[in-house]
Amino acid sequence: MEQISIRTENLQDWIREKLLLGKPLRDYLKSLVTPFNLVTGIILVAGLALLVLRYTNGLQAVLNPSNTYPWGLFIGFGLLGIVPLSATGFIMASMVYLFGLKEYRPLLRLSLLTGFLGYFFAVVFVFTDIGRSWRLPFPILVSHGTASVLFLVGWHVALYLTTQFVELFPPIFEWLDAEKLRKWSLKITIGATIFGVILSTLHQSALGALFLLMPGKVHPLWYSSYIPLYFFLSSIFAGLSMIILVSSLSKNFLRHRADASFLSNLDNLTLGMGKGAAVVLFAYFAMKLIGVAHGNHWALLSTGYGKWFMLEMLGFVLLPCFLFAVGYRNRDVRLLRFTSVLTIIGIFINRLNVALITFNWQLSHREYPKWTEYVVVVSLLTIGVLAYRWFVNRLPILRQHPSYQDNH
Amino acid sequence: MGIKRRDFFKIMSTATASAALVSTSPKAHAVEDFSGWPNRYAVLTDTTKCVGCLSCEEACNAANNLPEPEIPFADLDLAEIEEKRRPEANAYTVVNRYPNPKNPEEPIHVKIQCMHCNEPACASACLVNALKKTPEGAVVYNEDLCIGCRYCMAACPFYMPAYDYSSPLRPKVTKCILCYQKITNGEVPACVADCPMEANIFGKRKELIKIARNRIQKEPDKYIDHIFGEYEAGGTSWLYISSVPFEQLGFQTDVGTRPYPEYTRGFLSMVPAVLVLWPALLGGFYAFTKRRDEIGERQENREEE
Repeated sequence: MEQISIRTENLQDWIREKLLLGKPLRDYLKSLVTPFNLVTGIILVAGLALLVLRYTNGLQAVLNPSNTYPWGLFIGFGLLGIVPLSATGFIMASMVYLFGLKEYRPLLRLSLLTGFLGYFFAVVFVFTDIGRSWRLPFPILVSHGTASVLFLVGWHVALYLTTQFVELFPPIFEWLDAEKLRKWSLKITIGATIFGVILSTLHQSALGALFLLMPGKVHPLWYSSYIPLYFFLSSIFAGLSMIILVSSLSKNFLRHRADASFLSNLDNLTLGMGKGAAVVLFAYFAMKLIGVAHGNHWALLSTGYGKWFMLEMLGFVLLPCFLFAVGYRNRDVRLLRFTSVLTIIGIFINRLNVALITFNWQLSHREYPKWTEYVVVVSLLTIGVLAYRWFVNRLPILRQHPSYQDNH
Repeated sequence: MGIKRRDFFKIMSTATASAALVSTSPKAHAVEDFSGWPNRYAVLTDTTKCVGCLSCEEACNAANNLPEPEIPFADLDLAEIEEKRRPEANAYTVVNRYPNPKNPEEPIHVKIQCMHCNEPACASACLVNALKKTPEGAVVYNEDLCIGCRYCMAACPFYMPAYDYSSPLRPKVTKCILCYQKITNGEVPACVADCPMEANIFGKRKELIKIARNRIQKEPDKYIDHIFGEYEAGGTSWLYISSVPFEQLGFQTDVGTRPYPEYTRGFLSMVPAVLVLWPALLGGFYAFTKRRDEIGERQENREEE
């Protein structure tokens, strides 16, 4: 602990080194004035203004106050869309620690950070969406509705967020130069990883299981007793695609924070992940096909919803599967990066189809999310990107800390 | 060893006896085949009697301290309302008008509200037990626990719960609670008490089903042979009889007869299995990987020698 005890005279030095990237305050603030930051600043102000309205005027200020579509973008996109994309941490941790794929170690920390931030913002979305945000801890502290799938989701997301924070201890303690704490945190890594995989298996599938209660509301082509399995399987290729995308963006925009090991290995590792994603996408496609056969819903494929379903299946599942496979065979990393974006869009389409687009398909009238929901979503995502950049600029995420080279 | 042979037999026989006791007690099966509290109440609505006077809506608002609607009840004319209304934050029950194919002169009026399912989807969806099925038959709501996730609304196959989106500090789910405060005091629900046509009657669910069957049997030409709510969604505590098929009256006829909590039961029972099996499986993988690395290292060392 002696390393992080800060005496007053050293406080300024510490802040400068650890928080202000080694610059004096004035220079640091000047460096913040960039076109990118200006645009994000405007988005943030708009989003934050709406969040203030949400707590002064009630949910109707930001949400479409609908009794037949109780869930809008905050749940459909913010919770259901972001959580599968945040499977990055559990996938990479189990690859490196449990399956012994040690060559992926340069991507481990960025995957954990992406996962942690994703879950954090998923919780922020839920916090914003629920009528009495301040009661968010109720399912854990006050009253336990154990028969509810959402109860399971709540507990698991809370536990998993904590677990991911623990998994990020090594880079945090390296940043703080806390050697003893770092050593201790490495010892609990395997336990935390296994715990994280259990939690992820359960809550990724539980998000799908939420919809088991709505057989008449979710369109039969999307509703299936396999839906928990669909959500779990798709979280695997969602997480892999997200690692491909985030690592590629980091390589382009945060290159100066990355070390040689990250930069030189990235293309090879991307190929491996692309191959893995192709395999899981194919398994997912097969399971979806079995789902249609199981419910004998072939006739529905010729309806309007059926065509939309086939577009999702062919354009955002089978096509990415094919492109990942081709990209792997031709060692075309750029194609893999493009395909990862296609896959991520496919995940959003799928989750929105289940929660919003095909929801209440039998009702004659449709309702749509309010424009304010889009603004808040974009705003919170922007904060997520800024947070990622803040951490990568300071913590040893894309590089090994000079004091701990090859000392894992 | 501290345990003697005789003691061992004693322990074993006690254990066997108590196990037998547990397995023969009828309660061991009750959970599996729960078909509802035996003496629960219900309401039977006879849609052929309702004239659409809206007395029930007015009585409901008064009994539950709900504000007068935008158009006062006195000025509200169902003939002028095109859209079908649904329960809202300030209305637990609403009446809608439907054309009568048998007699165009006399439109059919249908009062809708929470169906009070025997095994409610909403209560099984609630992660804080804010919604509960009581032994009296009512599905009641506890505002003090509700976090406002609105999963109950998404889950309800009848689209009945509504949410108060306008309140910043005290938003809540709103739905009919079968006038729980009244029926536990020996009174009848307000809508039943104030119905001038006796279109709604309150009683034990068992008795009401008999009454409904009787009416259908006596006048088979007037009624269709279907009590809505007897089996729908596993059975409900609000029952309807009608002169025309229920799908023509806006009823959710696609809800099936399976109690809704059963749809998630399979998944939830899988959870403990994953909790037990995954650590073993993943720990096994880890041990395997570690061992492989150790062997690899040893071979490398040998080659170096």
